Amino acid sequence: MMSEATGIVKILLFMVSCVFTSNYIFSQFLGICPFLGVSNKVETAVGMGLAVTFVMGLASLFTWVIYRFVLLTLGLEYLRTISFILVIAALVQFVEMFLKKSSPSLYKALGIYLPLITTNCAVLAVTLMNIDGAYNLLYSVLNGVFSAIGFLVAIVLMAGVRERLETANILKPLRGFSINLVIAGLMSIAFMGFSGLVK
Amino acid sequence: MRKSKELGSVFLNGIITENPTFRLVLGTCPTMAITTQAMNGIGMGAAATFVLVCSNIVISLLRNFIPDKVRIPAFVVVICTFVTMVQMFMQAFVPALYDALGVFIPLIVVNCIILARAEAFASKNGVLRSAMDGLGMGIGFTLAITIIGTIRELLGNGTVFGANILGTAYEPMLLMILPTGGFLTYGILLGVMNYLTSRHDKKKLRKGGAQL
Repeated sequence: MMSEATGIVKILLFMVSCVFTSNYIFSQFLGICPFLGVSNKVETAVGMGLAVTFVMGLASLFTWVIYRFVLLTLGLEYLRTISFILVIAALVQFVEMFLKKSSPSLYKALGIYLPLITTNCAVLAVTLMNIDGAYNLLYSVLNGVFSAIGFLVAIVLMAGVRERLETANILKPLRGFSINLVIAGLMSIAFMGFSGLVK
Repeated sequence: MRKSKELGSVFLNGIITENPTFRLVLGTCPTMAITTQAMNGIGMGAAATFVLVCSNIVISLLRNFIPDKVRIPAFVVVICTFVTMVQMFMQAFVPALYDALGVFIPLIVVNCIILARAEAFASKNGVLRSAMDGLGMGIGFTLAITIIGTIRELLGNGTVFGANILGTAYEPMLLMILPTGGFLTYGILLGVMNYLTSRHDKKKLRKGGAQL
């Protein structure tokens, strides 16, 4: 009974650390391109975050199974990058077709960035880190889903700031990517405050 | 003569006019993640340059055989092959650098600079031009991340390439090595670049006006 409770606490702590302590954007620099590209409106940011969450969760599941049961048993570990990226590309294609049917407005809003989830480094990174960190299947999927929720939190916060920024008077050379990066830097200072949360 | 001049301009295009880091703002993740030290910048830049040149050459050779619909997956497979080669090479010969760059070596696969050049340049141009474009872009990327790495290492640790520059009295600004430093350095450098470019353009305009 006791050990089960600590197991649950351990899982909860793991989730919190994925979302806040080792936030993909603010402390690991993964997925910066969509973070800067799709964060001009809160609505699209939420859509992007959810799409990434879905892809990252499923990608973690499939790549873990493929690595464990196909690549390891055949001794083909060196093929993992190439096989993982193909799995991710197929998944993104699937999400794209699904969104096109179910929510055309979101599909239009995400535009070019939807197929670009394939080249979102956060997705490939989480699958590789699952293997490097020797996580089991449960932890791999949790890592995928909650790291993506960390991404969602970051991109929605950023979109909120940028909506206000549109009316602000900013020095001309700093407009665009430049000021966004500086804001992200300040936000990452705030996220450093979480670092003592999980030991 | 004209041909070599033209190749030269393709080469310089990547370094200055369309610098992937400062002008196109591509490949931002490794740009900020691994630039805690200047040396990492050179290592990452060299790896990315190798992949860029090789993938540009192969894609340009295959450009007439790859069906348009499956071109992106085909490009990714080509790029991935070279990244796996680089990864194995670094693991065997420069293990310290391999550990420092970590997950960002396999992540060269999803570095948008490489896919963008494959899509925008190599799939439309000949082998020699594509190789030149890859080399120019690669060197432009290497220069940019080495500059960022140097600034962050100097301010955050008082050293450049491991050599102590600012002396022992300097209190290192730890913030510059933390993720925040990456965002701030890159953001401010981008602003400076924008300022310099706009001033340069204005000067050019004024000069052009005087000639008229």
